[in-house]
Amino acid sequence: MSRADPDRFRQGKARWVVLVLVALTAALVLVPFAVMVMNAFKSPADYSGNGPLAWPESFQLDGLKTYWRQVQFEGKLLNSVVIAGSVAVLGVVLSLLNAYALGIGRVRGRLWIVALFLLANMIPQEALVYPLYAMAKWTGLYNSRLSVIIIFTVIQSAFGTYLLASVLGTFPKALLEAAALDGAGRWTTLWRVVVPTVRPTLSVLLIFFFIWTWNEFFIPLVMLIDNSTQTVPLALASLQGDRLMDATTTNAGALISLLPTVVFFLIFQRTLTRGVTVGAVK
Amino acid sequence: MTRGKAGYWWYLLPGAVAFTAVVAVPFGANLYLSLTKWSGIGDPRWIGLDNYSRLLRDEVFWTSFRNTAAMVIAMVVVPTLIGLLLSAALFDVIGRRFGPRTASFLRATFYLPQVLPVVVAGILWGWLLRPDGAVNAVGRAIGLGEHDWLGDPKTALPMVMLVMIWVQIGYPVVIFLAALQRVDPDLYEAAEIDGAGWFARFRAITLPQIRPETFVVTLTCTIAALKVFGPIWALTRGGPDNATTVPSYFAYNAFFNKLQVGYGAAVATALTLVIVAVSIGFLKVQRRAEE
Repeated sequence: MSRADPDRFRQGKARWVVLVLVALTAALVLVPFAVMVMNAFKSPADYSGNGPLAWPESFQLDGLKTYWRQVQFEGKLLNSVVIAGSVAVLGVVLSLLNAYALGIGRVRGRLWIVALFLLANMIPQEALVYPLYAMAKWTGLYNSRLSVIIIFTVIQSAFGTYLLASVLGTFPKALLEAAALDGAGRWTTLWRVVVPTVRPTLSVLLIFFFIWTWNEFFIPLVMLIDNSTQTVPLALASLQGDRLMDATTTNAGALISLLPTVVFFLIFQRTLTRGVTVGAVK
Repeated sequence: MTRGKAGYWWYLLPGAVAFTAVVAVPFGANLYLSLTKWSGIGDPRWIGLDNYSRLLRDEVFWTSFRNTAAMVIAMVVVPTLIGLLLSAALFDVIGRRFGPRTASFLRATFYLPQVLPVVVAGILWGWLLRPDGAVNAVGRAIGLGEHDWLGDPKTALPMVMLVMIWVQIGYPVVIFLAALQRVDPDLYEAAEIDGAGWFARFRAITLPQIRPETFVVTLTCTIAALKVFGPIWALTRGGPDNATTVPSYFAYNAFFNKLQVGYGAAVATALTLVIVAVSIGFLKVQRRAEE
């Protein structure tokens, strides 16, 4: 740190110290996962006999099987995929239509409209939930996947509109003029010129909407009370509420519940980190 | 086909309808309900601002906002500070001296808790901290004995804070790392030639260069801290003795457990006001900083 020692990281030992410190922090982040995996593969007897820190006596799949059967996990997976997938697609389409009018159409009062969408993104879900709950009961959509799909399509597209409107605000004019010269109307221009050009941003949004919706808890907790409609995070939470689960099933359940998101993360790691950044700079 | 701007309004129509039905009308209805006494059945009874004056006298309401301050420390202050150090170390030292693959592997590790459903993370930690969980097993092994971490009002809030730090740490790391990519390497080289040490470079180049991202991180994390619900639900349900209650859990509890819909609506409205006020304050500070 002294002036006499301008770059102590080039050859010195200090860089190793930095590496060890950062790696230790990373290890601390991983410890809860490691403990969970270790206990997910134990038998209940092994757990109660040797405690949570011991290595499994034998590799048991019973906890995983019990959890899978108990919550009918394949149904939860299907619900989560249907809900998060629909919201991702519909949310992107809705954001795109809004942003087309705001960013390229430059309709009058667009700043106010964007501010309104931004506000919708900030409003806590608690300030919407009871009327939404009452409306869902009134329309017969309560305890249906459709209710959650509609709500999150709108909530996610509030953010999507804000982001896409600023991306489309800087859309190259030459492309639009060329399309107009070719006689393309607005609808054609949107799908043939705008969409292909901003496809990277759209795919980032798609992946984000999917993962955000997958991880949502509060509104699904209120809306989806039935075993047949609940999502992956809800299944684990509602079972935990019963206090019926033994430690190995809890760990097995947590492992199964976070596996899809981890796989998703590993596949889309680049896009996700790029996406976080797109959101940050805009 | 018309070429004027009016034609673009059609594209806003689906968004406007959906937005009205899912955000505007429910928000207005919530505002109305906050001025009534209602159990969810029968007709709401208009009572004016009574819910709000009751709120100001409610000990639990103030506790919930004090706990929010703790959440801001755990979700904004600590992760941002650690994130600054980690990203600078990853970019400046590990990425350059040990290769980008090591750096991106470590980055992915820090980001991992961010991708989990937060309620699943909460349940995992709830087990770790249980009287018969892994944390106490470590305590027994090293002779510290055991403790009901989430059941004791003194330790419950610090434990929830710890979990939130664990959840949040990856977000600033990823954003700051991306921000550092766009910093001109010549700046660092020039500083190195001038004999600036690592800390001097960190303070004179890194921090000012990534200020926009620092701002975004603190704003989005503050809003997330004000809204936090899932981890509280999974870890403590606001207990013991309201030691970990937060405004969103307070509102949820009023709506669906105590059947005090009007009162819950007032809590939710108060929370909205705080979030909007904080966001506007942030934006003002940012604008002043840019001038």
